[in-house]
Amino acid sequence: MWRRVAVAVPYLWLLVFFLAPFAIILKISLADPIIAQPPFTPAFNEQGDLATSGDNFKFLLTDKLYAITYLRSILMAALATALCLALGFPMAYGIARSAPATRGLLLLLIVLPFWISFLLRVYAWMGLMNNYGVINNLLMWLGIVEQPLQLMYTDFAIFIGLAYSYLPFMILPLYATLERMDLDLVEAAQDLGASRTRAFWDITWPLAKPGVIAGCLLVFIPAMGEYVIPYLLGGSESLLIGRVLFDEFFVNRDWPLASAVAIVLLLLLVVPIVFLQRSQAKDKEGAT
Amino acid sequence: MRHRSRFILSTLAFGYAFLYIPLVFVVVYSFNDSRIATIWGGFSTRWYGELFRNDQVLDAALLSLNIALTSATFATILGTMAGLVLARFGRFKGRTLFSGMITSPMVMPEVITGLSLLLLFVTLQQLTGWPGQRGFTTIAIAHTTFSMAYVAIIVQSRLLSMDESLEEAAMDLGGRPLRVVFDITLPLIAPAMIAGWLLAFTLSLDDLVIASFVSGPGSSTLPMYIFSKVKLGVSPDINALATLIIAAVSLGVLVAWFAMRRIRT
Repeated sequence: MWRRVAVAVPYLWLLVFFLAPFAIILKISLADPIIAQPPFTPAFNEQGDLATSGDNFKFLLTDKLYAITYLRSILMAALATALCLALGFPMAYGIARSAPATRGLLLLLIVLPFWISFLLRVYAWMGLMNNYGVINNLLMWLGIVEQPLQLMYTDFAIFIGLAYSYLPFMILPLYATLERMDLDLVEAAQDLGASRTRAFWDITWPLAKPGVIAGCLLVFIPAMGEYVIPYLLGGSESLLIGRVLFDEFFVNRDWPLASAVAIVLLLLLVVPIVFLQRSQAKDKEGAT
Repeated sequence: MRHRSRFILSTLAFGYAFLYIPLVFVVVYSFNDSRIATIWGGFSTRWYGELFRNDQVLDAALLSLNIALTSATFATILGTMAGLVLARFGRFKGRTLFSGMITSPMVMPEVITGLSLLLLFVTLQQLTGWPGQRGFTTIAIAHTTFSMAYVAIIVQSRLLSMDESLEEAAMDLGGRPLRVVFDITLPLIAPAMIAGWLLAFTLSLDDLVIASFVSGPGSSTLPMYIFSKVKLGVSPDINALATLIIAAVSLGVLVAWFAMRRIRT
């Protein structure tokens, strides 16, 4: 009896507030926009026939602008993931190998920015990258540039913003796997004559792989749908799909098209999400 | 390995500088007297004064705190139940769907979660008349839904790392299942529940995108207010607000950390 209640309550909550909304998105993505409240055609016309169309999806697939925007989003998210990995791996390694007393503090300093508002951390870069902001003032004072560099409202700004915001998501899973790693293996390899580079690629990297995969996906997936960073740091023509979805919904009030954009984004992300769950399942099996 | 290469040390230094330098400048510029936020015009605390006279900020902060308290509490109740189910109930019909629904909200882009929940509320309103107005309730429901996933995962991993013998012993001694849960299991997982509640609380306070979708006219949370201001550029009173938040969070986290270290040693 109590078991049933414990299962049913969260189960029902998720069915209503998580699964049902997706069915609704799918339904609306097949409707046409009209000027009414709510602004889309019903799924059944007056005769009671099914009145759906794939027009929105056809439009998304044939319109070049959307294809380019999806590709740009993938590219930007991939670049930011690469930077996070390049910076995060040595950092996670350094933290995992530091003395236990300092390790806690180092880790805390990685997590601390995560508790400080995401929005405000993105905002902090606006003051730095402004034409008369800290970076440009410093560069001009040093005499490196004569005129302020255009940093804000560029793709570079989005890239830095993404890497900055999601770096902790890369470091934490990497740290978790590197900390568990048996260091004797590396030492053994080196005793047997392997160079440090060789020992890294043959021992450390394969053992760290679950952490690398988890970290990359935890950065890549939210970066793909990011809205705040391209809005605040990017220019009006540097479109990313999260912002296009938001604008399609709130500015153009084209709910069906916004829903279709969401469905396609979701389909693009299903591949990495399934990959993540597989790797986590494997990780759990490996641990026990 | 005592030996740490110069490369690792310099990346660590660079990484921490990368994480903290932007925040340092926000704090410094919050004490800037000049109205133009990027030009230094002498030391002043005037923006803090203006902040406390700004009713919009105070209302938004109050709404955000209310939503965070409510949604964190509901998320902890629902998430704990879900974590218990996943860790202790073995196989049951629909388990795969259940665990899928628990983990998916954590990796879902916010724009999709926000859009889907808004469309749900609009559809429900058409069908049943509820919710008549979007605001506190709809935002709290949305936040509960995505943060209960985090609570569930924390509680589940705590339960999995704990052995079941205490609960089994209590059952063997004739404890009824519900009593065992309340007398044995819940006290054991209380730290995980507290950690989950805190995480849900901060996630709710931090959220902008989902709240923007599901709120209605007249109810702005603090992130929504901040966003509407910083859209127009850097502004000195937002620097002051950010400094207060950074100070509060850092203080809270450091105190908690030292307290925990005390207990452990």
